[in-house]
Amino acid sequence: MALATATMTPQGYLQAQSRWHPLEIVFWLATLLPFMLFPDYLSLASQIAITALFALSLDIILGYAGLVSLGHAAFFGIGAYTAGLISKFGWGEPLTGLVLAAAAAGLVGFAVSFIIARFRHFTLIMITLGLGLLAFEAANRAHWLTGGSDGLQGISMWPVFGLFKFDLYGYTAYTYSLIVLFIVFLGTRRLINSPFGLALRGIRENWVRMPAIGADSRAHIRKAFTIAAAIAGLAGAVLAQTTENVSLESISFQRSADVLVMLVLGGAGRLYGGLIGAVIFMVARDQFSGIAPQYWYFWIGVLLVTFVMILPNGILGG
Amino acid sequence: MSTPAHDAEDAIAGSAIALATRGLSKSFGSLSVARNIEINLPAGARYALIGPNGAGKTTLINLMTGMLAPNAGQILLGGEDITALGPQERVRRGLARTFQINTLFAGLNALEAVTLAVAERRGVAGRFWRGVGSHSETIDEAYEILSKLRLGDSCYQITRELPYGRQRLLEIALALATRPKVLLLDEPAAGVPQEESGEVFEAVAGLSDNLTLLFIEHDMHVVFRFASHIIVLVSGAIFTEGPPAKIAADPGVREVYLGKRKHG
Repeated sequence: MALATATMTPQGYLQAQSRWHPLEIVFWLATLLPFMLFPDYLSLASQIAITALFALSLDIILGYAGLVSLGHAAFFGIGAYTAGLISKFGWGEPLTGLVLAAAAAGLVGFAVSFIIARFRHFTLIMITLGLGLLAFEAANRAHWLTGGSDGLQGISMWPVFGLFKFDLYGYTAYTYSLIVLFIVFLGTRRLINSPFGLALRGIRENWVRMPAIGADSRAHIRKAFTIAAAIAGLAGAVLAQTTENVSLESISFQRSADVLVMLVLGGAGRLYGGLIGAVIFMVARDQFSGIAPQYWYFWIGVLLVTFVMILPNGILGG
Repeated sequence: MSTPAHDAEDAIAGSAIALATRGLSKSFGSLSVARNIEINLPAGARYALIGPNGAGKTTLINLMTGMLAPNAGQILLGGEDITALGPQERVRRGLARTFQINTLFAGLNALEAVTLAVAERRGVAGRFWRGVGSHSETIDEAYEILSKLRLGDSCYQITRELPYGRQRLLEIALALATRPKVLLLDEPAAGVPQEESGEVFEAVAGLSDNLTLLFIEHDMHVVFRFASHIIVLVSGAIFTEGPPAKIAADPGVREVYLGKRKHG
């Protein structure tokens, strides 16, 4: 890792850390393959991109700041319901929906972050789990607004930029999801390579030392959690818009658990871990549910145990 | 409240008090770990804090830096009462510490760790829209601190893979990055083989004269060589204090501390 750094200036070294690796370019070019190779699977590809976006948001708090959350779907769900409701009540313009959904999820995330920033470890797991369940039951209970277990019906999206209608084949959906994912990825990539990203890694690496270098860890955590919540809300909004439906599943514990599985599978704290984990998880789910519609989680379990035993730090964990 | 003898010396020297404690007390249940501690650290002084194991030396540093809350008493930094402030506010006002057991960022390299500490001091650590690599002043300052402690050539090595002695120096580098006025060193050479501990103390000795130092150390050769004043702590209370020659000649100190050391 530190090879050939003898001639490098400290600034050059740190700049090189954030330089684009050729494999990254290959990865992003590969995201275009479904258009050519799997045109029948564009809806699945779109769901993968959305899930990857969700995993990316969890990576900021879990992978970088080292805070485990078992309730991250709350923000995904808030984004999904916000985007869905805006459309249902007559405003079907997608981009406004995205902005408002991210704002709503970010706002709730900001409020919750004051609790989150005070706790760690098991306490934090319990708190996030509790908050997640709370959000789920609230959505379930508010049947008049969310449709409860029937799902939110009546969403009708206008064409993107007034030009691109969401079609049955998922062509627009995948393009739309992919662009949102890519833009947010660029922002997240910048964030983790910034001084703030370094501070988050500092919190992960040594929580005790942070105050001793004058750092206000809680302020950092509040900021990171708010950003992560907004991105999760964005992911939920894209799902609501591209599928024109919001089910209770989008705010369920299952979704919180799944995203954690994907991130661990792919490698937390590596930026691409969540993306690769999402691809593997979603493709596996698609395939397994084809084989055994009732028991496909059995195979996800096998996959998870095998992967984690062979690669305890995830696929990208080295 | 009795007036400690050294107050007179300090008054004569005319030096301002950088850090002071007034009646500082702390107990865990019935165990009293700090009893009515009165310390005056003149600006620019090099004080050693010695005492047998369990005397409460680290506890005292924890109280001063806000990692523990006292039951009674005050802590004054440059005359300002900082007793109610949290650890990071005290650091920002110029009170830094190092840890006896390495408390480092294991997964960061030395450059990243010190750059983070400098970024925190400069108030840029919350910025997420620009890469670390473009904060050239912050990086230059971090590298300067690392070079001063002769860590320049190993600053790209991940902390957990650094040799132990270098990790001890990194402890000091992180503290210096906060630009302290007062630095509390908790056994800076702890765990370092004796032949290498000199290197750590040479680094300590090379610190700026403006920096006020209080260090805990067990090696009496080191203490007598580097300290201008020694405070002896026993069972959470100040047993005695004074210049090295006075402490070395004190039969009571020999009994409670020096004598014990030979067995322990």
